[in-house]
Amino acid sequence: MLAFTIRRVGQSILVLLVTGFVAFSMFTYVGDPIDNMLGQERTQADIERLRDQLGLDQPFFVQYWNFLKEAAQGNFGLSYRQGRPVGEILVERLPATLELAFVSGLMALIGGIGLGIFTAIRKSGALSSSIMALSLIGVSLPTFLIGVLLIYIFAVELGWLPSFGRGQVVDLGFWTTGFLTVSGLKALILPAITLGLYQMTLIMRLVRTEMLEVLRTDYIRFARARGLRERAINFRHALKNTLVPVITVTGLQLGSIIAFAIITETVFQWPGVGLLFINAIQFVDIPVMAAYLMMISVMFVGINLIVDLLYFAIDPRLRVDRSAAKGH
Amino acid sequence: MTDTPDHRPPEMQARPSRLRRAWESDFIYSFTRSPVAMVSAFVVVVLVLGAVFAPLIAPYDPFNPASLNLMNGFTPPGTANQFTGDVFVMGSDDQGRDVFSTILYGMRISLFVGFAAVLLAMTIGVTLGLIAAYVGGWVETIIMRIADVQLTFPAILVAMLIFGIAQGITPPEYRDQVAIWVLILAIGLSDWVQFARVVRGATLVEKNREYVQAARLVGRSGNAIMLRHILPNVLNPVLVIATISLALAIIAEATLSFLGVGAPPTKPSLGTLIRIGQEFMFSGEWWILIFPSATLLALALSINLLGDWLRDALNPKLRA
Repeated sequence: MLAFTIRRVGQSILVLLVTGFVAFSMFTYVGDPIDNMLGQERTQADIERLRDQLGLDQPFFVQYWNFLKEAAQGNFGLSYRQGRPVGEILVERLPATLELAFVSGLMALIGGIGLGIFTAIRKSGALSSSIMALSLIGVSLPTFLIGVLLIYIFAVELGWLPSFGRGQVVDLGFWTTGFLTVSGLKALILPAITLGLYQMTLIMRLVRTEMLEVLRTDYIRFARARGLRERAINFRHALKNTLVPVITVTGLQLGSIIAFAIITETVFQWPGVGLLFINAIQFVDIPVMAAYLMMISVMFVGINLIVDLLYFAIDPRLRVDRSAAKGH
Repeated sequence: MTDTPDHRPPEMQARPSRLRRAWESDFIYSFTRSPVAMVSAFVVVVLVLGAVFAPLIAPYDPFNPASLNLMNGFTPPGTANQFTGDVFVMGSDDQGRDVFSTILYGMRISLFVGFAAVLLAMTIGVTLGLIAAYVGGWVETIIMRIADVQLTFPAILVAMLIFGIAQGITPPEYRDQVAIWVLILAIGLSDWVQFARVVRGATLVEKNREYVQAARLVGRSGNAIMLRHILPNVLNPVLVIATISLALAIIAEATLSFLGVGAPPTKPSLGTLIRIGQEFMFSGEWWILIFPSATLLALALSINLLGDWLRDALNPKLRA
């Protein structure tokens, strides 16, 4: 367990170092920030002043060292586009993304496990078959298209829900939340469905496959022979054993929820970090891109690490069979 | 190479490749027995033909400003325009462009980027996977570590990042011109890991087989063994992944273009068309949005279904 933990932590640090290098290389070699920040009527003095302010006149290693030092403190310099500290902008935008990711993740988990169990138990029912067929479309439907179609149906045609923004938010000082107002909650519905639908179908199909597999095993047959009720068999015995792979996949999907939030946020003009990132790409705002990259890699690496260790803790078999733990 | 007659036992003589055997035996049979596969294949073929022959099929040339008439703007599908009397099967957009024609041309871009990106990903992935497994040692460690690091991030994010960096390197005045190639590069580079992993896994199994040892004994070079002997035997899974990757690449392209970090408005792909259509959704011109969306969905769904079927058809374990 200890050796495994150390190796995984080592791998995580490696990933962070690599992404850190990519982020720094972006800073150093990509684009001319001066071009992006100053308009047509710039003077030579303006250029010099800004170059000095951004530290672009210093040698490579000094810049690299500064980058690492500052990045560790969450300081990524000034946004080329907004002229404000990137860290400040990120902190301001983060609550919107996290709330959206939380709600859609929860929806995907509850909906996915529920539907997965249902379609596994009622394998041949008409409802199950139609759910399965729909899920295939759900997998093929690109996230942005789901969003656009939901807006078209519920915002344009029916006019029930807002098509963009976060609604009214309450400022708690360190956090802005949309959970406390009616308009905030209403604004959350469509983006959360858009973001969660794909993950939900994924979890559902996984739970169904695992459940069908487990229901075929001997111990379930034995439980049935003992005369246990279907309910107890399905939920107490079968479900428990399907959850190990579900936890892994869900954990890893958490990372992609944050990544796919970029798409959803753009469709719904949701003021989170994803929209910030897309705008940064469009305007070649390197500090924002680099900071987003670093932030998201810390999140991903953290999630992956926790999931791996959790996997280890949940499944006793892995503690004996070491090679199975790294079998992916 | 030599004139000596083939003295090998008959079961070793001119053994047809695995792909060919599959083709001749169950492959076609399984295809004709699967209505889903046949319908999907039909849809894919129709759409691809439509894209390839777009200049012949399209009733209008949407990118020739001379043929555009602003009076034709926002003509609903199937009805005659109130000023000019022109009829558009799928309506026209704000500039009077025929939506049907723009979809045909848009599909060309989508399919081109998709195919090219998968080809790039496949070339990189298969090469690196073969090398990693066949050479082993630190070469393998480096290749697979890079793959691991990249796999930490979703492909679409990697593609966005590569696109962003490439845009940053390109001088602003060339950005629109190279955007398509940057897209191919971004999607291709974001998707090679799958191929590398599968090929490496299969090669590790194959390289200890007798035929590889025999080839080595005969004195064939490492390159020849990799390319002529091992590669043909690991192609089945590559084919399946390539099909599914194609659907993913088309979706990735559409997503990037939709987000405004992909194909430029001068060369709109399906994603760009949906982006444009979204702007008119609120004012009731639904056809500018719905038809490109439906086309994209049909394309992605049928390629996916075809990939699903292919995976089952090429997997001998599933053949009961």
